[in-house]
Amino acid sequence: MGRPGFVLEVDRSTPPTLFHHGEGFRLEKLPVGARVVYPAEPLDAIADPDEAIRQALHNPLGDSQPLPSLLRGGMKLTIAFDDVSLPLPPMKRPDVRQRVVEAVLEMAAGAGVDDVVLIAALALHRRMTESELRQALGDRVYDAFEPHGMLLQHDAEDPDGMLHLGVTDQGEDVEINKRAATSDLLVYVNVNLVAMDGGHKSVATGLASYRSLRHHHNVQTMQQSRSFMDQHRSELHSSNWRMGRLIAASGVNVFQIETTLNNNTFPPAFDFLQKREWEWSFRDRAAFTASSKALQRTPPRIARQIFQGQRAPYGLTSVQAGEVEAVHAQTTEHVYEQQLVSVAGQADILTMGLPYICPYNVNSIMNPILVMCLGLGYFFNLYRGKPLVRAGGVLIMSHPTPWEFHPVHHPSYIDFFEQVLAETTDPAEIEAKYEESFATDPWYIHLYRTTHAYHGVHPFYMWYWGAHALQHLGGVIVVGGDTRSVRRLGFKPATTLRDALEMAEDVVGRDPSVTHLHSPPILLADVT
Amino acid sequence: MKALVFERSLPRFAAARVAGSLLAGSGARVGPLSLADVDEPRVDEPGWVRVRPRLAGICGSDLATIDGRSSRYFEPIVSFPFVPGHEIVGELDDGSRVVVVPVLRCAARGIEPMCDMCAAGRVNLCERVAFGHIEPGLQTGFCADTGGGWGISLMAHESQLRPVPDDMSDEGAVMVEPAACAVHAARQIGVDDVAVIGSGTLGLLTIAAVRRIAQPRGPLIATAKHPEQRRLARELGADVVVAPDALERAVRSSTRSLQYGSQLSCGIGTVVDCVGREQSLAQALRVVAPGGTILLVGMPGPVAVDLTGLWHREVALRGCYAYDDSDFDAAFDLVQEAGLDRLVTATYPIDRYRDAIDHAAHAGGRGAVKVAFDLRSERERRR
Repeated sequence: MGRPGFVLEVDRSTPPTLFHHGEGFRLEKLPVGARVVYPAEPLDAIADPDEAIRQALHNPLGDSQPLPSLLRGGMKLTIAFDDVSLPLPPMKRPDVRQRVVEAVLEMAAGAGVDDVVLIAALALHRRMTESELRQALGDRVYDAFEPHGMLLQHDAEDPDGMLHLGVTDQGEDVEINKRAATSDLLVYVNVNLVAMDGGHKSVATGLASYRSLRHHHNVQTMQQSRSFMDQHRSELHSSNWRMGRLIAASGVNVFQIETTLNNNTFPPAFDFLQKREWEWSFRDRAAFTASSKALQRTPPRIARQIFQGQRAPYGLTSVQAGEVEAVHAQTTEHVYEQQLVSVAGQADILTMGLPYICPYNVNSIMNPILVMCLGLGYFFNLYRGKPLVRAGGVLIMSHPTPWEFHPVHHPSYIDFFEQVLAETTDPAEIEAKYEESFATDPWYIHLYRTTHAYHGVHPFYMWYWGAHALQHLGGVIVVGGDTRSVRRLGFKPATTLRDALEMAEDVVGRDPSVTHLHSPPILLADVT
Repeated sequence: MKALVFERSLPRFAAARVAGSLLAGSGARVGPLSLADVDEPRVDEPGWVRVRPRLAGICGSDLATIDGRSSRYFEPIVSFPFVPGHEIVGELDDGSRVVVVPVLRCAARGIEPMCDMCAAGRVNLCERVAFGHIEPGLQTGFCADTGGGWGISLMAHESQLRPVPDDMSDEGAVMVEPAACAVHAARQIGVDDVAVIGSGTLGLLTIAAVRRIAQPRGPLIATAKHPEQRRLARELGADVVVAPDALERAVRSSTRSLQYGSQLSCGIGTVVDCVGREQSLAQALRVVAPGGTILLVGMPGPVAVDLTGLWHREVALRGCYAYDDSDFDAAFDLVQEAGLDRLVTATYPIDRYRDAIDHAAHAGGRGAVKVAFDLRSERERRR
């Protein structure tokens, strides 16, 4: 059993603090009195994950029947699974989705189910590559299904592939994948990396269309979610729950499977990233020095390849199956058990080091819009109660923020960055003025459907993800970022953390309180 | 009198071509252009008067000539030695200010009856520019008999003179001639959507003219290489201003076009090429709509461009040279309305012509637009 997360108060003897910085790291001396929020150490992994999965499928939660009793010959079975955006980094093989899907398929085969289709629940994400699908599902499943056209990737723009199920009492269109909606049983396989993942969001978002998603992927929803990691105060959650209940009421029979992982995030070569700095051994210090120096000499493209090749040695900590809401309630508790860290009070300044990866640049480039999304969208929202930084406070994040985009994965991001952000960074104005034209642009739709491009509207969602933070904060400073990119984002560039802290004082006043979010591994601050 | 004279000298022309290809504007140091003491020009025919230039602009076509980049097409329609300079505001003997309309049409050449084009008012397309009682020369500034703006004195026919309104500065007046080219271009466009390639002087003027004269259906998109050009392009009326290499993306996004290879499936109805280079023409072909028009406003030279797309998509490639009298008159209004006098960003005395030409050749990068010779000082007049 690992030690829980905790808050350290920096004193004169505290060693420099590690900041992630894209494909690299920085050691920063935080001011005396600053607080550092450390994640918990990894929970113990389940010793026999396959057995745990079987147990969960046989002993479902809520009013669901055990999976084997829901399977019968002649039925139409669809198994949807989370896409390449989860987990981060991708996990060491076998991926937990592979274990679950193989268990479900074994039961289906035993029941004589022939009509089985697997669907990657992409929503408006890019299509996965063969190697990514093999990584998630394993070679056996891939080779058995893909050549026969039974391994599909959700296509939210297929006019014949979507089914409109109705409208919620709040006027939200619910339109999901037709194959999934018309199956006798829809099994959804989740990797619940953070509290936001799973529940009704799995089907209502993962298998939905733009027409449906726009009801909760918008500025208002994001600004009203405090935070979207806290389901009781998340409008994103509420909207998905309304949709999920409508999906169930429409007769779509969902068997939900959710899995949680411990936060054993980094491979052995980067073991020091799992530890607290004052506990670094000689070997850890040597590893840090060697990797930092090597990375300084490595061309960015190669460094990116090295980091993107990392596989996390995550361990399975729980698996739940059955009725969606009952499953998700338990899953959330498991996520909290690993990630929740109590923090007393807010700070004037929140600092964070952003790593090389976020959900939307797996095997890709962390472009400036994704930097904004990771910092102001995901990391800022890793709280329950209230944000780690006070209203009007300053967020300082560290990342190189290169003016660089993956031309295949992120074509509409380029236009968003060049055209939209050149005009305004105001989420509401961006939404009103530009979203529709990007979302319905036939070229982006073509690229989304036929290549490995994110949907045309996706960069907008990334920007909306940070809308709550933009509304809450008095300023954002990026340390060590490309000056032009940072300015285009509407933020201020700083060369060093010390400069950034001085600049922040102009906003929050002298002698500010500082909190550093020491993540990844992921933590969820429970701020009182 | 002192004047900059361009002589026929093949070795110097070759040297200018080499130097100009290495560094724009350096043809002025080794080529056929020199500051010389020459006789004042005389044309002893009815209607010809003396004009003493006050300001004379340096045009892109002048720079091409100085750097040996202009086409041999011009050889029969210019006469050597000539004094360059066709963007001219000057004064008559009575002290009144005039802008010179440089096109040397039938009326100026004493040709009766006029050619069909002049008779139709399309004087820029005069069919007799190499004939009549003066030497060949498509414009003042390319004719051995008339002199040009880069000298202390020139001869102009009364059909070439337009009085300068009292409230118009010399800087505004010297912009009338290039603005007339832009008016002429804008009048070809109608209600199409428009992209303007290049934001040098001609590009900026075209943006101003299109915004005020044509009625573009969609956003007016322009390319601009340098920050000051981008700022001015926006101020003068472009809705979207992008770096030259971002035009395809901007047009694609604006027209919601699909793409095959580097070719857009849709595109812009009228693309105005104000650069006239191989790359700009190729780019125009990539972004023009099927059935659309490329208006070639910047003076081209010999280029090698794949015209398959032009053929396949039935694109019209149309030249757009100079102006007629009506365009010229409208240019006065354009200059006033758009405040185009602000585009004159540097002036030089004639004896610093190398610096002036170097500045003009690198104007964009130095935050400048129009560079002109200032011949107003008494010292200049006495030369």
